[in-house]
Amino acid sequence: MDSSVRSTIWQQLRPGALAAVQGLAVALLSLGTNVALFALSVVSLALIPALGIGFALFPAVTVLVRLSLTAQRRLSRWAGTPIASPYAPVPAGARLGTWQRFRWVVSDPATWRDFAWLIPGTITGGVCLLAFALPAYGLEGALFVPLVLYLTIDWYGYGVFWPMDNFAKAWLSAPQGWLLLAGGLAVAHWLVWLHFRFAGFFLAPTRAQELALRVRHLAATRADTIDTQAAELRRIERDLHDGAQARLVALRMSIGLAEKLMADDPARAARLLSEAQETSGHALADLRNLVRGIYPPVLVERGLPGAVEALALTAPLPVDVDVQLPGSPPAAVESAAYFAVAEALTNIAKHSGARRAWIHVVHRDGVLSLVVGDDGRGGASPDAGTGLAGVRRRLAAFDGTMTVQSPPGGPTVVTMELPCELSSPRTSPSSGTG
Amino acid sequence: MRVVIAEDLALLRDGLTHILDAYGHQVVEAVADGPSVLPALTRHRPDIAVVDVRLPPTFTDEGLQAALAARVEMPGLPVLVLSQHVEQLYARELLADRSGGVGYLLKDRVSNVGQFIDALRRVADGGMVMDPEVVSQLLARNSGVQPLQDLTAREREVLGLMAEGRSNAAIAGRLFVTEKAVSKHINNIFSKLGMPPSDDDNRRVLAVLAYLNS
Repeated sequence: MDSSVRSTIWQQLRPGALAAVQGLAVALLSLGTNVALFALSVVSLALIPALGIGFALFPAVTVLVRLSLTAQRRLSRWAGTPIASPYAPVPAGARLGTWQRFRWVVSDPATWRDFAWLIPGTITGGVCLLAFALPAYGLEGALFVPLVLYLTIDWYGYGVFWPMDNFAKAWLSAPQGWLLLAGGLAVAHWLVWLHFRFAGFFLAPTRAQELALRVRHLAATRADTIDTQAAELRRIERDLHDGAQARLVALRMSIGLAEKLMADDPARAARLLSEAQETSGHALADLRNLVRGIYPPVLVERGLPGAVEALALTAPLPVDVDVQLPGSPPAAVESAAYFAVAEALTNIAKHSGARRAWIHVVHRDGVLSLVVGDDGRGGASPDAGTGLAGVRRRLAAFDGTMTVQSPPGGPTVVTMELPCELSSPRTSPSSGTG
Repeated sequence: MRVVIAEDLALLRDGLTHILDAYGHQVVEAVADGPSVLPALTRHRPDIAVVDVRLPPTFTDEGLQAALAARVEMPGLPVLVLSQHVEQLYARELLADRSGGVGYLLKDRVSNVGQFIDALRRVADGGMVMDPEVVSQLLARNSGVQPLQDLTAREREVLGLMAEGRSNAAIAGRLFVTEKAVSKHINNIFSKLGMPPSDDDNRRVLAVLAYLNS
């Protein structure tokens, strides 16, 4: 068969086949754990009056329930109907006693909604088995029944024909099999989808829980932002103190001394003055570097498109730049985006061994997306180096995200996304690449 | 020389005017914002314009844009662009028309008055002056590229000084060698870079910069 035809057929079958596997996973997980967990929950609840055993047991059972349901939520993401995690965080403080642990578990509504889900979930999860069983049975009829009958057994039943006791009859199973296979693959996706839509009523966070989660996220990113700001200010203070400030002190000393020596030793005074000249040059260079680190002048003068182009020009390898922005993002977002791209480029220059790199910047559906790629050796990870991890933290302050695709052997693609609105187009024209 | 200055900070504007006065040049007009630059240049047709990149009212790159626009309107008008920081991007835009009479310097280079006036004169004569920082960035960026790797350390030094816009005599003085030695180095550089040799200082520098900036 021609390879393009083969790939077209596979493209048609792929979603159904995937859904069949997902259905099997859902069914195994639900049937395998839900009922047992339900029984354990009931027993541990029943044991609560019995001398406190239940107080310790119920939270332990809850841990198991959450393990299983977290796996089921992960499956929901895989199936394309993601269900977020609703659990309240572990209360802050030292180790929890039995009573605090019990109270935390019992007071979280997610615990009870999980509990309510276990039995209905077993039923719909069981139905999901059809997503796998129908195509599997169809496949059997389509391909194997004649074979099996031919090879071994005297009779065999399939579909509506029972029994099939001779080889000729066995071919009757094939059309039924193809029909079942096609039908099964067609409905598999819908079965799994229905299951998870239904599960969402129990397992997804309620509106209140969603807000609580959002507040928690905002508090965490705000704390990060404050830390980053403080660290930045400390760095600026140190740079000024050890750099420009120290040089200005030296400058004043040189000039003061030169003034004193002017009459008696003009030659030495002149030497001191030229030293002072040099020191002032260094002080200015220090300040220039510092300013670049705070808010790059080219960003002020040319906005993000020009600044990204300027970055590409100073990179030690050829970088293709493609910026499509009908307006300019807010200044703070622009600056975060600039430093994120700069860091990604630095990483490429330092670690990737790439010969070429590229930067794409677009704004689509309210999201500014910056994609930086290279043809290097890959293997980059935001968890290994502090550079990309720092970028992720900085972007988080704007609800931005960063994903790194970098398989060993490359290529590496770093995608950074920042939700923002664009303001009216800039007046200053930006030149194209070339 | 008749000079037009565009600089928004009064302190620096006056300082520049004083320096130019002291060297016998005439500042025919000193403007303080972007929109006034082009009219002043068309009115006076000066021998050279000294323009700050960042000017009011937008405090972006109005000065640079005005300088570029002026050179489109008055081809070959000598322009010396000053800034607190240098960008490869701007250097490339200034060099794009390849017609000479262009300078791009950090503002603090003005403090070395003798060199500054010298640079001013070279630009007014249709020459080319690039800030050493631009040149060193260009060389660093291209140092891994094949033809530049073939240059000797001394040839690279000569190339850097050439790209800053210095004459053979100035390069010879700086490196304590004879002018003849310098022109020999330069011929080597050109043959290694695969460029046609040229006696014209300016065309030579332009070729090198265009090569590095491509």
